[in-house]
Amino acid sequence: MDVLQAGQGTLIGWHDPDEQRAWVAANKSRALKDKRTTLREAIAETVSDGALLACGGFGHIRVSMAAVYEIVRQRKRNLTFCGKTAVHDSDILIAAGCVNRIEVAYAFGHELRGLSPASRRAVEHGRCQVVAEISNAGYQWRFLAAAMGLPFIPTRVMLGTDTLAHSSARVVEDPFSGKPVALLPACYPDVVLMHVHRCDRHGNAQIDGIAIEDFELARAARRLIVTTEEIVDEEVIRSQPWRTLVPYYLVDAVVEVRYGAHPTLMPGQYYFDEEHIHKWLELSTTEEGVAEYFERYVYGVESHAEYLELIGGEAQMEYLRQVELLETPLRTPGVEEERR
Amino acid sequence: MSQDYNSTELLATVAAGLLEDNKSVFVGTGLPMIAAMLAQRTHAPNLLIVFEAGGIGPQVPVLPISVGDSRTFYRAVAASSMHDVMSASQAGYLDYGFLGAAQIDRYGNLNTTVIGEWANPTVRLPGSGGANDVGSSCWRTIIVMRQDRRRFVERLDFLTTPGYLDGPGARERAGLPAGSGPYRVITQLGVYGFDEQTRRMMVLATHPGVTVDELQANSGFELIVPAQVGTTEPPPPEVRRTLREIDPTGMVIGK
Repeated sequence: MDVLQAGQGTLIGWHDPDEQRAWVAANKSRALKDKRTTLREAIAETVSDGALLACGGFGHIRVSMAAVYEIVRQRKRNLTFCGKTAVHDSDILIAAGCVNRIEVAYAFGHELRGLSPASRRAVEHGRCQVVAEISNAGYQWRFLAAAMGLPFIPTRVMLGTDTLAHSSARVVEDPFSGKPVALLPACYPDVVLMHVHRCDRHGNAQIDGIAIEDFELARAARRLIVTTEEIVDEEVIRSQPWRTLVPYYLVDAVVEVRYGAHPTLMPGQYYFDEEHIHKWLELSTTEEGVAEYFERYVYGVESHAEYLELIGGEAQMEYLRQVELLETPLRTPGVEEERR
Repeated sequence: MSQDYNSTELLATVAAGLLEDNKSVFVGTGLPMIAAMLAQRTHAPNLLIVFEAGGIGPQVPVLPISVGDSRTFYRAVAASSMHDVMSASQAGYLDYGFLGAAQIDRYGNLNTTVIGEWANPTVRLPGSGGANDVGSSCWRTIIVMRQDRRRFVERLDFLTTPGYLDGPGARERAGLPAGSGPYRVITQLGVYGFDEQTRRMMVLATHPGVTVDELQANSGFELIVPAQVGTTEPPPPEVRRTLREIDPTGMVIGK
């Protein structure tokens, strides 16, 4: 099959499908065992300097921020990040100096809240390198190819654009229709962090609301750390198995972290903490502000529970619960008008 | 001439007016959400609103901040996944898609990736996000953006999302779905379509008080001006009231 066009982006996270199968056979246990641990141990043991990292969720939705902060606290370095609609996670990790390479579907912005001062600065000054471009659909289909154990997946997006020219995709002629199709290479992140509503001690995990791309991402991950609002009894899972998005054999570590997605949204439980996000966006306009933020909210605390006390504790989380459930209106500190 | 509405209210009203009942629309953050919600609350109660993170057919209660916000699947028919939504678009189920951009050219190609050189950007923008996917596979793309000579450009710094690429037939030659592409461009000055023969941007209407000369003066490329150019209707008071219900804090609409 002739390659009509080869994207010039750096190929990250790809493995030959047989190499990947052998890795899975050797490294992913099918034993039903207790995987509960602490966040400190899970990150220390799983995230190596230089790893390719991805987060479940989307934008400011259901991101395992507790795990992200722990990576910052442990001062991991030279990580490459999957910028698959990466917003707060990538901004924090780039600003903290943990991530210095990123493949971008969406990054450096906070949707309606405006652009990310800290990570934009890092890219514009060369401290963080964009290794490839891709689209949102393109990225989740890279994970789908990985989840299916395929070397690539054909799609009809990105064709004819600079997004493709700077991606790791290749264009070939489809042998059935004769039309050009874009082949997106599988992507297997070394480590995926995922926050869920409930999970048992073995790693059987359920989420409420939209799955976003976590079905595919959990299956593409080489190592998967699940943080959960609560650890539930195995019987809770087995009584409604159709709610399980992630079965245990995909999961390497289970950590119970109440409010572990703060300041991002946890569907049905708590809304975005706009005040905290706004504080970060304000502070991160300067390097001194970035240092102040991390000193106060990450290095200065031992755990996510201590961090939660700083952001207003249970009272703030109760307010965010009420906003999420439409019981009380949102306070919108300094949310800017849309920039078009 | 005084006016009692702001330009965002006008844009939302014009954009909403393009959406038809019993059709589907792929919606992004901000003004597109407002337009789709306004259409659903006025002339298009059965408009199928779809969000890229998996919200399908919601009755959005109040303006979501994000396309993955819980409001995007409030009273929805399905809380699904990105794979499901993006596949539906690629398979031809999505009629309209809304996009914004930092730059647009005469063929409706869009840049949301960088200003300056890609390897050494003057301004790094967020990238494609779902924009390339919407622009690749929705049947009709509606672009809403501010217009001036830095945004309506002869040559994009980066072609993030396909419009008609370099002219008639180019999308199909590249392998993009046949018969799809940019449909309308709405700015603070007017409304544009694309000429069937050349696929170049063409003036359809000016907003109240704006002249065709002003449209051209605010474009870095030559606009096609047909013999008949319409004028858009300002938002009536009841529509403005509905917009305030949708965005009570004025996050997008403004105070």
